[in-house]
Amino acid sequence: MASIPPLTSEDIWGLLAEIKDPEIPAVSLVEMGMIRQVGQEKSRVIVLLSPTFAGCPALEVMRLEIDQRLRGAGAAEVEVRLTLAPPWSTDWITPQGREKLKRFGLAPPPIHSGRLQHALEQPVACPYCDSTHTEVKNDFGSTLCRAIMYCHDCRQPFEQFKPL
Amino acid sequence: MDNHLKNTLRELLVALADDELILGHRDSEWCGHAPILEEDIAFANLALDEIGHANLWYSVLADLEEADRQSFVDRMVYWRDAPDFRNIQMVELPNGDWAFSMLRHYVFDSAEIERLNVLAESVFPPLAETAAKIRTEEYYHLRHTRLWLRRLGLGTAESRQRLQAALDQLWPYTGQLFEMPGEPDHLFALGIKMDQASLSWEAQVIPFLGECQLILPAGAERLLNRQEHSRHLPILLAEMQSVARLDPEAEW
Repeated sequence: MASIPPLTSEDIWGLLAEIKDPEIPAVSLVEMGMIRQVGQEKSRVIVLLSPTFAGCPALEVMRLEIDQRLRGAGAAEVEVRLTLAPPWSTDWITPQGREKLKRFGLAPPPIHSGRLQHALEQPVACPYCDSTHTEVKNDFGSTLCRAIMYCHDCRQPFEQFKPL
Repeated sequence: MDNHLKNTLRELLVALADDELILGHRDSEWCGHAPILEEDIAFANLALDEIGHANLWYSVLADLEEADRQSFVDRMVYWRDAPDFRNIQMVELPNGDWAFSMLRHYVFDSAEIERLNVLAESVFPPLAETAAKIRTEEYYHLRHTRLWLRRLGLGTAESRQRLQAALDQLWPYTGQLFEMPGEPDHLFALGIKMDQASLSWEAQVIPFLGECQLILPAGAERLLNRQEHSRHLPILLAEMQSVARLDPEAEW
């Protein structure tokens, strides 16, 4: 065991950046802004994870993947701690993450700085043609984080990552 | 923490969690039965949200009891019987028709946001943090149910009549929405001011129901406490708990 050098903080962030969101395989947990902090206490790696939607069934999968990935890289013990404060916000999705969401066909959420109700009134740009001549069809979609939209210009339905 | 205060907190958390769990279960009953596909999806999402919120509240309680979260939550959900539940009666009533389910959800969501606003100011950090987390999602519920209430209230004569019938049936239960268990002094010590929530709820809901062409029923509200349940709760629980109780030792 002594021959394996301990993981550095950079190693840990690098490993976490490889774990994709199980419901949106285009983006990683780091790009989603879900990893708030990493640290080590003796041989234990601690990851502070901020859940997106409270009832999201992907959360357990993420915890399991973090655990497996870090152990696989030599961490003796891994603890994933959930943190609720401050609550996760779509404002934390990185610029690269937003770009990837768009390429995946999901309109990225607007930056709202905590004014969520205001964000809900904003026009949503179609990820295919950038038109804002769009309409909400359903606030609820195939996963908790998606709304179903329709673009009147390119006449295509699309999904939006809901601002939170 | 002082033991009396802890007891109030315990009762409060069970009440908050049970409200969400039972409503979430009722929501899940629409899955596969809603009038249109979009609403089937919406109600499945609502169910997942509410059950997720219940899970958060039970987890705060598990931490308070220094218990393992997962087994504690399972025990609360699957191994208590109706007399142990502390949900308000409104959420256990059967789904009825679409207007009834929608109106109940609107009434509950609009009240829940006000409750969460007050709870988010609590001096007990896990309570305040959880309330702030849940609140962000409730805006979507409210937007959805408001939209439907307008549609039904301002739609056809039949849709308005059904919505009015739902309001007549549900309104007497609304007195329970801000009724929280525990000693008033202890709630005060925890920084929880439910009176404030109740007032601001009425100030929004009464005018909105008017906008939807609904008339508030004049009947007196039913005086209920959270230990009293209708005959519908045991039936709901029998279904919800049946799989877990088939094999208590099963690991899943």
